[in-house]
Amino acid sequence: MTGIRLAPTSPGSRIAGLGHYRPEKVVTNDDLAQIMDTNDEWIQSRVGIAERRFASPEDTVATMGATAAAKAMAEAGMTPADIDTVIVATCTAEVQVPHTATQVAALLGIRAPGAFDLNAACAGFCYGLAAADHAVRTGSARTVLMIGSEKLTSWTDPADRATAIIFADGAGAAVVTASDTPGIGPVAWGSDEQHTQTIHIPDRSGRLFQEGQTVFRWATSAIAPVAIEAAERAGVSLADIDVLVPHQANLRIIDAVAKKVIAAGARPDLLVGRDIITTGNTSSASIPIALDRMRAAGQVRSGALVLAVGFGAGLTFAGQVFVCP
Amino acid sequence: MSNEDTLTGLAEIVEEVAGVSAADVTADKSFTDDLDIDSLSMVEIAVQAEDRFGVKIPDDELANLKTVGDAVAYIESHRA
Repeated sequence: MTGIRLAPTSPGSRIAGLGHYRPEKVVTNDDLAQIMDTNDEWIQSRVGIAERRFASPEDTVATMGATAAAKAMAEAGMTPADIDTVIVATCTAEVQVPHTATQVAALLGIRAPGAFDLNAACAGFCYGLAAADHAVRTGSARTVLMIGSEKLTSWTDPADRATAIIFADGAGAAVVTASDTPGIGPVAWGSDEQHTQTIHIPDRSGRLFQEGQTVFRWATSAIAPVAIEAAERAGVSLADIDVLVPHQANLRIIDAVAKKVIAAGARPDLLVGRDIITTGNTSSASIPIALDRMRAAGQVRSGALVLAVGFGAGLTFAGQVFVCP
Repeated sequence: MSNEDTLTGLAEIVEEVAGVSAADVTADKSFTDDLDIDSLSMVEIAVQAEDRFGVKIPDDELANLKTVGDAVAYIESHRA
């Protein structure tokens, strides 16, 4: 009897293209103040959001993901034939069965890829990027389309001022392919299993509930150490990080995390993703949307060293360093 | 460490988190009404105070700390 043979491995993987999609419909704080007891000053000071995007009925988790993915493939110079694996990180799929990844493959004409969804809530992009990196390096995949796509508005109570002002819709995607040198660092991932109900949807007809203050306390104290650990695992000095992209949960959490990462050795002029101001909280889509928009604005150049950290329901977190395409 | 040292340390945290001058952080001041500190900043202050003074300040206890003096008294009576 012969032993199991492993696939040929790759010394590294890299992100070869990024893309994002934001729905057309802009919803301002004043729009929300028409339907619930809130106001622009309160939302901007507590959450940091000025406006967000809400999906139309025609936008689904799959269509938004496919639109973002097509842009990432175009940047990478890849055709559908080049993609052999599709991963969709989402916690807001319209239905449980079928999962979203095969729907995205069908929309893009990707034939017979390995296809699966992954739910790590707002940490989904960093978990998915790790899964893509692992699949490429171990030879399970050649090129992975990794997508974070969310339609949070399907799962929030539109009149709940604790959640409806925060959560929004959108998608971001990355093409991950083999590389002679590592372009994606080891993931620092984990969870806090003592707080499973801090953010939850009670049942299939229920609406998203969040203990805001508990999440805020956890995120402002526990997440900067995850980002710092991710840099350490990648063997990268914090001073070498060009861009910090935390999950876009709340501007005050983002700023608190950035302050701690700078205090731990990052440069004072560290660029920080603050896309929540005009995009809202799009869960697993927030990191690629934020980074791609910073690239489009000319703030982040190809080759920049990015430190991303996702965190959310579970409670769950993950972070890693990667090279910006 | 005396009450005065605790007050000085707390005032430094309040200044860093909320941008209120440490000199204005005196025992009689209300965090909300006098220093204009909101609930999220109170959480950040609590997290830093926990690290600095080695106390636990859970959210339900935090809600009872109306004045700077309340916070100093809480820290003094709960520190290890």
